[in-house]
Amino acid sequence: MKKVSTKYTLREMRKSWQSYALMAPFFVLFSLFTLIPVAIAIILSFTQFNIFTTPEFVGWDNYIRMVLDDDIFLIAIKNTAIFAVVTGPISFILCFFFAWIINDYPKPIRSFLTVLFYAPVLSGQVFTIWKFVFSADAYGLLNGFLMKFGFISEPIGWFNDADYVLPLVIFVQLWLSFGTGFLTFIAGLQGVDGGLYEAGYIDGISNRFQEMWYITLPCMKSQLLFAAIMQIVSSFSVSSVPESLAGFPSVSYSAETIVTHIKDYGNIRYEMGYACALASTLFIFMVITKSLITKVLNRVGR
Amino acid sequence: MVNVRKLLKLPPGDTRNSKRFSRSVGGNIAITTVVLLMAAVLALPLVYAVISAFKPMEEIFIFPPRFFVQNPTLDNFRDLGKYISDLWVPFPRYLFNSLIITTVTTTGNILICSACAYPLALHRFPGKKVLFDIVVVALMFVGQVTFLPRYLVMAKLGMIDTWWALILPDMATSLGVFLMKQFMEQLPISIIEAARVDGYNEFKIYWHIVMPNVKPAWLTLVIFSFQGVWNDTSVSTMVFTESLRTLPTALSQVSGGGIARVGAASAASLLLMLPPIIMFIFAQNRVVETMAFAAIKE
Repeated sequence: MKKVSTKYTLREMRKSWQSYALMAPFFVLFSLFTLIPVAIAIILSFTQFNIFTTPEFVGWDNYIRMVLDDDIFLIAIKNTAIFAVVTGPISFILCFFFAWIINDYPKPIRSFLTVLFYAPVLSGQVFTIWKFVFSADAYGLLNGFLMKFGFISEPIGWFNDADYVLPLVIFVQLWLSFGTGFLTFIAGLQGVDGGLYEAGYIDGISNRFQEMWYITLPCMKSQLLFAAIMQIVSSFSVSSVPESLAGFPSVSYSAETIVTHIKDYGNIRYEMGYACALASTLFIFMVITKSLITKVLNRVGR
Repeated sequence: MVNVRKLLKLPPGDTRNSKRFSRSVGGNIAITTVVLLMAAVLALPLVYAVISAFKPMEEIFIFPPRFFVQNPTLDNFRDLGKYISDLWVPFPRYLFNSLIITTVTTTGNILICSACAYPLALHRFPGKKVLFDIVVVALMFVGQVTFLPRYLVMAKLGMIDTWWALILPDMATSLGVFLMKQFMEQLPISIIEAARVDGYNEFKIYWHIVMPNVKPAWLTLVIFSFQGVWNDTSVSTMVFTESLRTLPTALSQVSGGGIARVGAASAASLLLMLPPIIMFIFAQNRVVETMAFAAIKE
């Protein structure tokens, strides 16, 4: 029985050779630059490796070191968790909420607002303008403002002050909330069947929030999941904002994330085995987060 | 079923009106206020970035600092031109590198991702579901998180310090395959079957039938790919030969030149931020059309 089905599968596969040929270029490059690297990270995470010598198997040592011997890793985990559990969901909700509101406006206004909301993400490195707003001297916009109106007499260090660094990075990261997920919501909302809203009215829906919860959200479940995945990526990969605004490393590592920690050990100290253990930990967190989010989203609109 | 539209005297097909029952005037005013506030928070830093590019030096370092510019000047752009011509590697070289890398990567990205998406969307073959599931999970494994092991692979392949390191990884993006596949699924299967009857093989169908029908999705990939490559700062860790580097590194040389160059740096970042925004403004409708299919069913 099994033999027949294998034979059948093989015949089917031969018949579909053109399909496989079309997919081949993608999967070759994809394996080379995504699958194999992820696999290599997991393998090397059990070794000690500095690029120049052959990797030496060390078992779970890297992982044990991470938890017991690396205080900065604990900061990185804490910060990454804040981005994943606090900033990420806030961004996600902001994206949906504003896409939902913007969708009510007539087309020209809607298009204008879409560009405006998406512009911070589109413009790439321009977030560094926040450096001038939170500049540590009296020429910085915020210090200047606070001093002019007498709230403070000495300029505040902002990105040089360990107490302020993380909240400010969170703030700038929130400013960069409206990305791919936001576009998905804008597009998805336009696809919701208008008849459903009328039916909802007949069924006694009386305000916009009821309508959102009982009609709009359930219709958009699959867009919600896609946007959630995009959000996971941006929450777990936070690194360029703290690096360019707070410096690398930031004051007493106050803005260290798992990704900046990987860069520290990988690109600077060449402790590849340990860096790969950090990367593998990051991958595991991402996959777990994704499955949790899938469960949560299944409850939407119930 | 009762025809609700008739009952409520609505024009057919206008979906926006269909929601007006759940909207109160007070609510509209409140919500518009919230939108305006949010828009201000998002836009002001960008406006400030634009204004800063036109500020003369004495206004950049003034106490108390001003948001607006009193005497707008083009000096910063002139200074930028001067710094640029003083670079060790001539500036046009950076521009040329950026344009070539962006064009090649974006074109390759569209061709490779759509070729992969076509069978995944419209063919039946063993392993289809597994392959697509891998693509969906890999949506999370982007370059920002896999950069380190990816670097190790590229070092092994001898790609470091060549353009391959910048071009090849960004050609095969799972986001590209995902968006293309979702968009292609709505193509009527009958046009493809008709082409098969006419004796087209799958490669010809892909090129002559599928590709011309998914132009909105192309444009979306162009926008995402362009945006990613144009702003890519990983150049600094992948390519060390100065004459092979791209615009963001030239910019960081200008802005790295100390306090006297702050004005020129603002001018440079203004020039860098414009192309992606302008492209998006023109492509917006097509992008939104494509993103409507960006849905993952569980």
